[in-house]
Amino acid sequence: MPEPLLEVEDLRVTFRSRGGAVPAVAGLSFTLHAGEVLGIVGESGSGKSVSMMSLLGLIRNTNCLVEGTARFQGRDLVSMRDGELRALRGKDVAMVFQDPMTSLTPVYTVGWHIAEQIRAHEPVSKAVARRRAITLLEEVGIPDPARRVDDYPHQFSGGMRQRAVIAMALANNPTLLIADEPTTALDVTTQAQILDLLQRLQRDHGSAIVMITHDMGVVSQVADRVLVMYAGRAVEEGPRAEVFRRPSHPYTWGLLGSVPRVGAERQRRLPTIPGSPVSADAVPPGCPFQPRCRYRHDRCAQRPPLEGPGDHVDACWLPQDQRPELRARVDAVAVAAGDPERGAVR
Amino acid sequence: MIGFAARRAASAVFVLFAISVLVFLIFFATPGVDPAARIAGRNASPETLAQVRAQFGLDEPLPVRYALMMKSLFWTQDLTSYVNRGTEVIPQVLQAVPVTLSLVLGAAVLWMVLGIVMGTLAAAWRGTAVDPVIVLLGVVGVSMPVYWLGEVVNLITQSRLHDSVFSWVPPLGYVPITESVGQWALHLLFPWLTLSVLYAGIYARVLRAELLGAMGEDYVRTARAKGVSERRILVKHALRCSLIPVVSLFGLDLGALVGGAALLTEVVFGLPGVGRLTFNALQNVDLPVIMGCVMYAAFFVVLANALVDLVYAVLDPRVRHA
Amino acid sequence: MSSVLDAAGSASAPVADAVDPAVRGAGAGPWRTALRQLARNRSAMASLAVLVLVVAACVLAPLYASAVAHTDPFTSNVSGTTVVDGQPTPLLAPTEGGLGLGVTPIGPTWDPTRYFLGVDNQGRDVMARLLYGGRTSLLIGASSALLCCLVATAVGVVAGYFGGIVDAVLARLLDVVWAFPVYLLAICLSVVLLTSGLDVGPVHIGAGSLWLPVLIIAVVYVPYVARPVRGQVMALREKEFLQASIGIGASDLRVMRREVLPNVVPTVVVFLPLMTALNMLTESALSFLSIGVQAPDASWGTIINDGLGLLYTRPAVTLAPGIAIVVTAAALNLLGDGVRDALDPRARLRGTA
Repeated sequence: MPEPLLEVEDLRVTFRSRGGAVPAVAGLSFTLHAGEVLGIVGESGSGKSVSMMSLLGLIRNTNCLVEGTARFQGRDLVSMRDGELRALRGKDVAMVFQDPMTSLTPVYTVGWHIAEQIRAHEPVSKAVARRRAITLLEEVGIPDPARRVDDYPHQFSGGMRQRAVIAMALANNPTLLIADEPTTALDVTTQAQILDLLQRLQRDHGSAIVMITHDMGVVSQVADRVLVMYAGRAVEEGPRAEVFRRPSHPYTWGLLGSVPRVGAERQRRLPTIPGSPVSADAVPPGCPFQPRCRYRHDRCAQRPPLEGPGDHVDACWLPQDQRPELRARVDAVAVAAGDPERGAVR
Repeated sequence: MIGFAARRAASAVFVLFAISVLVFLIFFATPGVDPAARIAGRNASPETLAQVRAQFGLDEPLPVRYALMMKSLFWTQDLTSYVNRGTEVIPQVLQAVPVTLSLVLGAAVLWMVLGIVMGTLAAAWRGTAVDPVIVLLGVVGVSMPVYWLGEVVNLITQSRLHDSVFSWVPPLGYVPITESVGQWALHLLFPWLTLSVLYAGIYARVLRAELLGAMGEDYVRTARAKGVSERRILVKHALRCSLIPVVSLFGLDLGALVGGAALLTEVVFGLPGVGRLTFNALQNVDLPVIMGCVMYAAFFVVLANALVDLVYAVLDPRVRHA
Repeated sequence: MSSVLDAAGSASAPVADAVDPAVRGAGAGPWRTALRQLARNRSAMASLAVLVLVVAACVLAPLYASAVAHTDPFTSNVSGTTVVDGQPTPLLAPTEGGLGLGVTPIGPTWDPTRYFLGVDNQGRDVMARLLYGGRTSLLIGASSALLCCLVATAVGVVAGYFGGIVDAVLARLLDVVWAFPVYLLAICLSVVLLTSGLDVGPVHIGAGSLWLPVLIIAVVYVPYVARPVRGQVMALREKEFLQASIGIGASDLRVMRREVLPNVVPTVVVFLPLMTALNMLTESALSFLSIGVQAPDASWGTIINDGLGLLYTRPAVTLAPGIAIVVTAAALNLLGDGVRDALDPRARLRGTA
């Protein structure tokens, strides 16, 4: 196996507040190889965005403490000073954010933004940077790029704007692209187009992608590997096909159960995971998913380690061989609970 | 574009008309008041009163009276003061304008520089001791009655420390720039400083608030993710966006000040500007002069409003294409 | 792990029972959260303390005048005497130096029982007048701010909610009033109304009444508050919850009362301390120009005006009320900042339409 591109070990991000220390990310570890697409899934507040932003030093809150190691091409990002991180940001590691409406400074043209990205890392002239911007816009599928390069962000539609932002992120051929919910603010059709674009660019440029999302559908389309986060921790990780076909953590069951499947039995109401996402300052000791888990039992008071067969791991005390059966019951009860005519399952 | 400009022009004219009507009503139509006695000033003889009534058509219905006054103000331009008999109003106002302009423009340069520097430093050094100190200075500056500050400045420069530190400070008054640039500036130095203390405080606070808001915006996060330096982010991204509301505020304040809102400073420092002219006219109830001054002031405010809209369109491309 | 399966198999209770009650959160209301955040703001709390002290001192003015200083701050006392350093001294002593003409009042004695800050040119106790003047200044500032905010809220809500011709008329009216530089309009109105009072229909306000400055100052600042309120209501009108309320047939008044007003109130509450400071400063300017508070009432502005003739000889008469204004206005401004941070940190400082 070649050297991994990004090796995150026991990443912890803690926020100091009046009420004490709030752990937004509580020990995240994963490995990413060059050209790989990792999908990080979780609900709001699971720590997925915070973890990636902390790697790049994008959390400027002085009350935020980042610990652990994150080796990118052999260099530890956590212990790097901001000056060194800045050289990496936008060049080797690029990030695309969720809301294209607000992510570009409105008073400058799109071409100016792309040129700023290029010129922040390479000593090229404005004219050269502008020409590269036009090429990039064309590559992401923006029609009439030579004219649109001088348009302002508000003159683009949401989907077009996100394409432009992606073009900007890829301007310096980064080896790693982090996409934080890039399609959440877009309609479904545009979402599919953007995901296609990302896949095509990933093949053409060879960059690795970390795709952060709450949408299992997105993950199923683009990811090679999946990492499920809950309450600042990884609760399941594995190859996409494995995780989708044989999910092993109760939380993942809930996530997949709430996605209607084509061809499956028609449901009146989509099943949901009972309760609401735990807030970072109220995580119970032991397994964080306990309060919402059907199969909560005494052992759960101890935090389960992330382990499992081969490269498909999870953090749960339930016996591996009984998982499929337990999952089937959860699905049945969840469906029944959602369908008033069926009555409770005995 | 033409349609937009035409509509703005029509709106401006309407506002001017409305203001003139408002002032007219205030002084001529207040119940229980005899306009003739007010115009003719104190101690006017019955003949003068009769003459005033004829001149202003005070026996005529209100709209006619209004039309007559507007005519003598704008058309024949021979509106004369009835307190300083024979002095025409419009030349009086025009004579006072350079004084006000000198005061206001000089103070404006000072307060903008001070305000922007203070506001930017306070935002950039948030969390250190610099920020609360600057905020406090700004708050105190805004809380000072400008006329009181002027009197205190006079106390120090003309009296208490006049013999030692401030012996070079000239007596109160105005020297036209055409006579002596040095004296002009010297006479205006302390008025400039006094007036700008108030506004620098306001602008520092506004800019600081805008900057802090801007630094939390998504586009700043994107710029950081691009690898742009913090200083460039502060100046090229945050400051550039924060200046837009500040510039529009500046336009409005400047319009109001040129229109005579600096009257307290002029009175305290003995500067014969439009503000002081207005105030003296008000004290003597010299209605023609009041009318002239108010119309002048309103014109500048309306002009400033229009210019600010234009500047907004230049600075913020979103407005241009709306 | 058969126990786990058994537990699952025999579960008859709905799945929701498995949810730990601790998972469900309970949040405090927005006002309580805001108050708590305000309490944590040190500068706002310090300002509040200062304000309480100032208000208390001014409210206790009669107590000070009668019990401590034994003076009457409103009657001239030109030939009065007092004791300074054990020596009996006339309050208005003949001027030494210069031409030896005229009289100079005594300066601050720093003795609370004997003319703490000296006297003015009519032999009146400056300290006592300062406290009485504070009552007037604070009263006018607070009342006009309250009145202004009430009227501005009403105008802004009505204009923003109904739109159309109602809005066109009201917005134009606001523009016209706002086009006048504030001080000029206030001065114009004061000059006219102060000589003859206000006599409109059932409303009769005498020329010397304190209601006149309150009304005038409130009116000239209405656009300052009304325009941001109107803007906010216009934005609210587009929001779904409002449209839903209208959709189910709620009357306009009901919608305004239950949906619009609660959202607008925080904005206006932020304005209250700031407007009080602004109005106090405006009142003092008008009084300084002799067209604000009229004799026999006194305010900090009139006292500054009184002290002008004595500026170079007895500056305490002018300095004391000025410092009082600065301290009070600064405290109000800092409190206003704190209130704004607690209620809506993203609110802009000055409403730009």
